[in-house]
Amino acid sequence: MAMRTPLKNVRHLGSAKEGADHFWKQRVTAVANVFLGLFLVWLIASLVGADHATVKTKLSNPIVALALLALIVSGTVHMRLGMQTIIEDYVNGEGTKIVLLMLNTFFAAFIALASVFAILKLSFGA
Amino acid sequence: MADAGSGRGARPQRPLSPHLQIYSPQINMVMSIFHRITGTALYFGTLLLAWWLIAAATSPQYFNYVSSWFATWPGKIVMLGYTWALLHHMLGGIRHFIWDLGKGYDLQTIDRLSWGSLFLSLILTGSIWVTVAMPAGGV
Repeated sequence: MAMRTPLKNVRHLGSAKEGADHFWKQRVTAVANVFLGLFLVWLIASLVGADHATVKTKLSNPIVALALLALIVSGTVHMRLGMQTIIEDYVNGEGTKIVLLMLNTFFAAFIALASVFAILKLSFGA
Repeated sequence: MADAGSGRGARPQRPLSPHLQIYSPQINMVMSIFHRITGTALYFGTLLLAWWLIAAATSPQYFNYVSSWFATWPGKIVMLGYTWALLHHMLGGIRHFIWDLGKGYDLQTIDRLSWGSLFLSLILTGSIWVTVAMPAGGV
């Protein structure tokens, strides 16, 4: 006997109320990261051995800065989702798991905020 | 909640599914493990990217100090490893896109895609380092 309401069937979000949200965000950021990751390889390769003035000029270029910001946002969302899956797969203790999931979010947020701050400072700062 | 036996006496002796020690390694399984390992390496490696960006945004002195770390032999080995991890994870991701589309599931294709991502990641990493890092005096 089906106990689901018609609304629940239509929403299709399952018992966790998230549906395919995790899966889909992982894939969307993965597609973005293919291009943004290649951009990062190009950027680092073009700055090997460069002095500070050259690096600063390059990183404050609007197109480079925008691509870097996109990489940081897409990359940190992607890595947080990926590490969440690893923690959920291998950590069995409920308390440890919750603590590690929180630390995962804090770490991804720290990397994102620190990097975004640095990129904005390079673009707008004196 | 995870412990099904708690409070109900001894845990029943159920058969265990075969685990890593019993499976003979197959290339797709090894590449799947590599995908997680490289993903984890990239995860912690973002600390280096953030450090480099912060250094560039701080001062020429601090940027030179950070650059001198990347120029050491351990620094170069880490950067080489990071290049490979990024490319391997990227190619592994593209392999997963193919599987997400429901394609490439016959055994021969699975083997070829798995070996292909390994070899291509090594070739690309080598090419990038030979063409970029070595002429620039990076190695």
